[in-house]
Amino acid sequence: MSVTAGPPGPIRVGLFVTCLVDLFRPSVGFAAVKLLEEAGCEVVVPVQTCCGQPAYNSGDRPDARALALNVMSAFSGVDYIVAPSGSCAGMIRHHYPELFADDPGLSARARAFAEKTHELISFLTDVMKYDHVTVSYPRRVTYHDSCSGLREMGVKDQPRELLKTVNGLELVEMKDADVCCGFGGTFAVKYGEISDAIVSEKAKNINAAGAPVLLAGDLGCLMNMAGKLSREGRMTEVRHVAEVLAGMTSEPPIGAPSRGA
Amino acid sequence: MSVQSTSPQFKQNAHHALHDMQLQKALGNVRQNFIERRAVAAANLPEFEALRDQACDLRDHVLAHIDLYLEAYEKKVLAAGGHVHFARTSEEACQIIVDLAKARGAKSVTKGKSMVSEEIGLNAALERNGMAAIETDLGEYIIQLRGEAPSHIIAPAVHLNQEDVEAEFRRVHTHLPADRNLEEPETLLAEARAILRSKFLASDIGVTGANFLVAETGTSIIVTNEGNGDLTQLLPKVHVVVASIEKLIPTLEDASAMLRVLARSATGQDMSVYTTLSTGPRRPDDVDGPEEYHVVLVDNGRSNMLGTQFQDMLRCIRCGACMNHCPVYHAVGGHAYGWVYPGPMGAVLTPSLIGVDKAGHLPNASTFCGRCESVCPVHIPLPKLMRHWREREFERHLAPASVRYGLGIWAYFAKRPRLYRLTSSLAMRLLALAGKSKGHFRWLPLAGGWTDYRDMPAPQGSTFQAQWKKQGGDR
Ligand code: SF4
Repeated sequence: MSVTAGPPGPIRVGLFVTCLVDLFRPSVGFAAVKLLEEAGCEVVVPVQTCCGQPAYNSGDRPDARALALNVMSAFSGVDYIVAPSGSCAGMIRHHYPELFADDPGLSARARAFAEKTHELISFLTDVMKYDHVTVSYPRRVTYHDSCSGLREMGVKDQPRELLKTVNGLELVEMKDADVCCGFGGTFAVKYGEISDAIVSEKAKNINAAGAPVLLAGDLGCLMNMAGKLSREGRMTEVRHVAEVLAGMTSEPPIGAPSRGA
Repeated sequence: MSVQSTSPQFKQNAHHALHDMQLQKALGNVRQNFIERRAVAAANLPEFEALRDQACDLRDHVLAHIDLYLEAYEKKVLAAGGHVHFARTSEEACQIIVDLAKARGAKSVTKGKSMVSEEIGLNAALERNGMAAIETDLGEYIIQLRGEAPSHIIAPAVHLNQEDVEAEFRRVHTHLPADRNLEEPETLLAEARAILRSKFLASDIGVTGANFLVAETGTSIIVTNEGNGDLTQLLPKVHVVVASIEKLIPTLEDASAMLRVLARSATGQDMSVYTTLSTGPRRPDDVDGPEEYHVVLVDNGRSNMLGTQFQDMLRCIRCGACMNHCPVYHAVGGHAYGWVYPGPMGAVLTPSLIGVDKAGHLPNASTFCGRCESVCPVHIPLPKLMRHWREREFERHLAPASVRYGLGIWAYFAKRPRLYRLTSSLAMRLLALAGKSKGHFRWLPLAGGWTDYRDMPAPQGSTFQAQWKKQGGDR
């Protein structure tokens, strides 16, 4: 689909909030709306649930297809579908076409839908050419590359480039930033002990980086890392990268008590 | 009989592995060395990515015409004076080799490193028939002394530290001075070499695996870094190559392309130290070589994979890169997987070979981080293939009831967006209230797998969608 071929007017983006942001951290959704609007998009939020990834990765194709169909119809009228998660965006981009590959009635539609779907930060930089923000956040931060964002959606430099434009922010790289945090969706619960070993290693690298703030682009990973750091008694503040880029950091960090509580 | 599997006890195996400090120390080396070396090797060869694509296409081509290549290969081996035996199962493969050995009155069989011989349980079969099987690869030799299986497909003793090896040598090699220095890897290697030398000379039959079988010439190729493979196959009167059917490649030219990606992906070397080609037995004017040359081609479930969703797995060239880059392998090591092949490649291959009912944990115990696929020299989509196993399990109702039940409830709501919006917002408001003071939970019902190890962050309050709607947001 081509933007120039469409009717004139602002680019209409359907925000795919993702179920974790919807349920646990709406502030990330509002940060995404703010960034998208600043980049010149008109944002709509169709009624939605989940991209279907938990079913898909559990081998349950029928439910995954049903959920994918729901998403495709809910977002039918937009130019782009954008998610503040490389994992959910990757599910739609790479796995919807695969879910409907042998369905002649739906495969073309799934492919077209997939092509319109983007991860938030890379959409801002690569599609909207949004290359700097005008907020300040005078903290040392370290950034974790979530796996699907990195390996399925090619998100690596984009968040770092945008973070560099945040006034006062200093980015320090941790060792093995591109190694899995051990979340893996249901894996974290089904194989909790192994997941814990992996996130412990990640926490070691985060702590060694010496930054008081940890950022990433996927709430699942963030909750996993925040949960581990909190269990270890660390004071590291954990946030979605969109919150910092949007200058919306008044909400307490992930896993921290609300102010005045 | 092939090797017994403890894959059904994967979780318990993993638990033990995670609490084995000696193992954890050894696994640290995998995380460091292999990854860095491969990255440097890949970066130093501009055409590395192109070579990977080429290797992938080549393997696909072979698999598409495997019957033709098998036939061509067999003809060439026969023409060179060798023999080819086809084995449908592990049992048949072992029987063929045992019969060969018995008929020649063999007492001692030396072996080069071979994963397929592990798969078919060859050592045990030889020993049951009164023959000694002697591993000559240093890593294999060490684990044989310890009565262990390999924990890695190219570094069988990677679960051990140097101290462990030293202790083992002191325990077993009691004829050597007790105060000898064994502090360097080289001294360990030298000691093993000296001991193995006499075994090579006394060996009746040499068994090697094959990294590749070349259809054009009937040649088998092995790569090693110790040179033990050469002595294994040159000194005894009989050389037996045992290889699985998918090891075929068309030409020697192709072999050179494959070897370039193999060594870089495996150890980060440009080429392995020894690349040994053997074609048939010794010819009249050859200075050395075996009098007989046999190839045992093992199917053991592979042809059942052809033409299925799992055919891609047969492209594997056993480089080990997938496990070297796997966070789960790094955490639990190779033995936890409970059968011959560990890591991501094992998580796909093991259910194919011993059944998903036994090996069902393996394709589930993955975060799908995708790092394995990103380094696999022949682009095997390992996470996708693991997911296919999960689909088979789901279809056959093999997934645990709790998982199916939980998934079912979740899917019920997720498929009904408006009901979901209503109920989820209510639930999150309650949960937020409960978790408000700390901002996280140290324990949550039904989430022990999570909260046993880490806190669960509390939700902020009402859901995004409920707030959006309240603000008069679109739709
Ligand atoms: S699956 Fe790929 S990376 Fe793993 S051993 Fe086989 S060829 Fe190497």
